[in-house]
Amino acid sequence: MEAFLSNIDRVVDGFSWTVRLTLLSALFSFILGILLTAMRVSPVPLLRGLSTAYVEGIRNTPLTLVLLFCGLGLNSALGLSFADTVATDVFWWAVIGLSAYTSCFVSESLRSGINTIPLGQVEAARSLGLTFTQNLRMIVIPQALRTVVGPLGSVLIALTKNTTVASVAGLGVQEASRQMKLMFDQGIAPVLPTFVGFAIGFLILTLPMGYFFGWLSKRVAVVR
Amino acid sequence: MTSTPLVVLENVNKHFGDLHVLRDINLTVNSGEVVVVIGPSGSGKSTLCRTINRLETIDSGEIRLDDQPLPAEGRALARLRSDVGMVFQSFNLFAHKTVLQNVTLGPMKVLRKPRGEAEAHAMELLDRVRIGNQAQKYPAQLSGGQQQRVAIARALAMSPKVILFDEPTSALDPEMVQEVLDVMTDLAKDGMTMVVVTHEMGFARRAANRVVFMADGEIVEENTPDEFFTNPRSERAQDFLSKILTH
Ligand SMILES: Nc1ncnc2c1ncn2[C@@H]1O[C@H](COP(=O)(O)OP(=O)(O)O)[C@@H](O)[C@H]1O
Ligand SMILES: [Mg+2]
Repeated sequence: MEAFLSNIDRVVDGFSWTVRLTLLSALFSFILGILLTAMRVSPVPLLRGLSTAYVEGIRNTPLTLVLLFCGLGLNSALGLSFADTVATDVFWWAVIGLSAYTSCFVSESLRSGINTIPLGQVEAARSLGLTFTQNLRMIVIPQALRTVVGPLGSVLIALTKNTTVASVAGLGVQEASRQMKLMFDQGIAPVLPTFVGFAIGFLILTLPMGYFFGWLSKRVAVVR
Repeated sequence: MTSTPLVVLENVNKHFGDLHVLRDINLTVNSGEVVVVIGPSGSGKSTLCRTINRLETIDSGEIRLDDQPLPAEGRALARLRSDVGMVFQSFNLFAHKTVLQNVTLGPMKVLRKPRGEAEAHAMELLDRVRIGNQAQKYPAQLSGGQQQRVAIARALAMSPKVILFDEPTSALDPEMVQEVLDVMTDLAKDGMTMVVVTHEMGFARRAANRVVFMADGEIVEENTPDEFFTNPRSERAQDFLSKILTH
């Protein structure tokens, strides 16, 4: 245990990257998820088709492949890059891959929330003269979001843990799991306590998320 | 009573698949007039209402509001809808908004009124439907009758040219029917143009200028309330009235 604790700053540094990956990917997948949902329920068939194809396509692809595609395909093979330093570059490609993947799950959750909203409210809004986007923004999405706070919490927890796939897929972000692997490789940490330590680290991140989202979903529930 | 035609339906036809729900409907509602639509379930009354603010499209014929054909889509359609109020059987209040917010939403977002003005007008209307003291509550905290009166205030807030009521009291407990009908009777007296689908004969006799009887997607009979209820001409109307009277 001591050996693990003496490397605690590396552990903390690892988790700080985990948190950064999680927060940025959560933000982008939330925005993209809302956009995909709006397209999915829009009256324009082309937008509906694009959204469906995207969600079904990415949702059914292993995350490892999505991240490999970002890293090997777009970054290395096509030479698309964000920054001069490799560290920054792989970080952003990991954020993109994770967001592209997670947004599908955000969108599917939201869509199930939309299905719980009585059609009558949508018609009432329409009959007041609200446009399609106003209707979505003011009536549909706010209520759909409230009903899926719980499921969105699960998506966030999954995302937090999924950040570890980035390094496995060759995007060498120095997040927690990669730090752990490096510590093993360098033989500076005993295996078992280190495993347990990192597992507890993830628990410390995700357990409060679960409780927070549980609390929030009760707090914002719409009474009908 | 003025007789400027406000809502005009000409040879309107509508199908749902193979089902011919509206058959050659011709109907004119004049400004300030109250028209009650009555008829058996499934005869097309709701569909008729819903075509007037284009919640349903029509297959042929024409509908005009104030001499303008209904626009097909986009901003123009949204503007048309803001001129045609609608009150639903199931109230359809926005569950995540307070009573006051339900009433101010349309004026602020569609008519672009400033909040202060919208709220002042909303409070006036809520007082008018006798529910001003509940402005900060959420719909689920109100009784059905109260919710329906809020829905009427929400429609009024847009200063519509006409309000469509689709069985506004059918989902209410019996003791709440009258409070809603009273509000509607007041509106009628104030000269609001109204199309009301209802089986409430008391209301029809008190407030309506005309009764339109529908069956199987057709307008079978049109008459003054007194004539219609005491002397229905068609067999189908006689049959229908005998059924609802024996209830
Ligand atoms: N969206 C719809 N799709 C298919 N059929 C419908 C739809 N809405 C109504 N109908 C049918 O159209 C007919 C007329 O319905 P409606 O206008 O609701 O009658 P009413 O209001 O007089 O009871 C009914 O047979 C009904 O089942
Ligand atoms: Mg009906």
